[in-house]
Amino acid sequence: MARMKFLCDAERCIECNACVTACKNENEVPWGINRRRVVTINDGKPGERSVSMACMHCTDAPCAAVCPVSCFFITADAVVLHSKDLCIGCGYCFYACPFGAPQYPKVGNFGSRGKMDKCTYCAGGPEADASQAEFDKYGANRLGEGKLPMCAEMCSTKSLLAGDGEVIAQIYKERVLTRGYSSGAWGWITAYRERIAV
Amino acid sequence: MAPRQAAYRLLFALLTAGGFLALAFTAARAQQDRIIDPDASVVNEQKLLQESERITGRIGLPDERAATLIQPAGRTWRYFHEVLLRWIGSIVIIATVLGLALAYSLIGRLRMSEGRSGTKVARFSAFERFAHWLTATSFVLLALTGLNVTFGKILLRPLIGPEAFTTLSESAKYVHNFISFPFVLGLILIAATWMRDNIPRKVDIEWLKQGGGFIKGRHPTAGRFNAGEKLVFWLALVAGAAVAISGYLLMFPFYGTNILGMQAAQVVHSIIAMLFIALIIGHIYIGTLGTEGAFEAMGTGSVDFNWAKEHHALWLKDEIAKGHVPKPPPRASASPAE
Repeated sequence: MARMKFLCDAERCIECNACVTACKNENEVPWGINRRRVVTINDGKPGERSVSMACMHCTDAPCAAVCPVSCFFITADAVVLHSKDLCIGCGYCFYACPFGAPQYPKVGNFGSRGKMDKCTYCAGGPEADASQAEFDKYGANRLGEGKLPMCAEMCSTKSLLAGDGEVIAQIYKERVLTRGYSSGAWGWITAYRERIAV
Repeated sequence: MAPRQAAYRLLFALLTAGGFLALAFTAARAQQDRIIDPDASVVNEQKLLQESERITGRIGLPDERAATLIQPAGRTWRYFHEVLLRWIGSIVIIATVLGLALAYSLIGRLRMSEGRSGTKVARFSAFERFAHWLTATSFVLLALTGLNVTFGKILLRPLIGPEAFTTLSESAKYVHNFISFPFVLGLILIAATWMRDNIPRKVDIEWLKQGGGFIKGRHPTAGRFNAGEKLVFWLALVAGAAVAISGYLLMFPFYGTNILGMQAAQVVHSIIAMLFIALIIGHIYIGTLGTEGAFEAMGTGSVDFNWAKEHHALWLKDEIAKGHVPKPPPRASASPAE
């Protein structure tokens, strides 16, 4: 089985937000929820960088660990998913997530956040694959159809890579060797506890 | 044509030399280009993380929270929530229960040395009891629903199954949030009614020196509240204020707080709540099982004359002086404060 990861090559990200739009469209994500976002560091200054970020599907995921009702589960492809039927909307996963991935449909006063929503790596949820119930709650199940997440597939500069960790790391390494410098593989050290050695 | 040939030769030599020069120049420039690292001035994740716990940038979304790109502190908070808090909570609560069990087995129940007199002295008014029981009921509900967040998935979830546990935990979450209001109201009422009688006095030092009521045969004198009760009063007030403030920060997420503020609020809330629970377990023990005749003060509102004489002699003296104790009981001496 593959170990699915995301890698954003910040050297290539042009902050077009196509990944954000592709995700919203593919998964019919409700208003106010962004499973993926693009953050620009040092905006307008020399050396600015834009990074596309969503759930990184961490190794030993903190969200899954802190969930007081244990609603998370990890698929055979190491994708971190959760059950909206079991989620109580306590908001703890947002406090633990290093990447701000968990989203809630409401502001959340008096504990009324609603069921948590996050990037599923386009792998649906615990419901039967490709069922309407799965789509309504979690969005597309592209992985089940043998396709990669829509955000990475749509990326115009191929900055955002999705796929087996070893494969995308190899693609990134080749880029780094060709252009002569890296862009850091943002989030990898926090999410997967590893650096890509070039 | 010799001169022409010579001219061609010269031109060829010049061109060659020029070509070599140009090549050398390009090579030198290429060398220079390679020395300049186009990435050198660019923001670097590792450097940013060394400078700060969080990397924040600009984002096109209206949601400010989304501007935080990476916060590795989330993993630190996870360690607190999943490891430290469980240890702190279980040690504090189990140690308290064991300590009380030991106290009970060694000292047993503190009986009234002269037995019951049969005469009742009014101790707490209906309003005071209402304030106490409002706070007490709310506290028990808050404690149980709060403990469920920390220990429920280990202790309860395997017993009742994921679905039932989710239903229970979701209701518990709302109970916890809304019962906080009567709890805070109760605290305010308690503070307003009892603050005056809980101001520390000289007699409290003597009470503490004599070991409170825990040493048999000794009954250090006290006013309306003894030093132990005063301690519970002030600790409950401080802990109550701390859990209320941190709790409302959690209940209104990200109003004036960022992710660090929310994590800190949860840390403060949970640690103080665990200590508070241990304190109240002790309070419940002393007020029920630990001391004969103590519970009726909060139950019916009045205590036995002999109980008042043993535990709150100065208060009883005042009550008699005020004429609140209608007729002196037959077995009581004229001066109850020994």
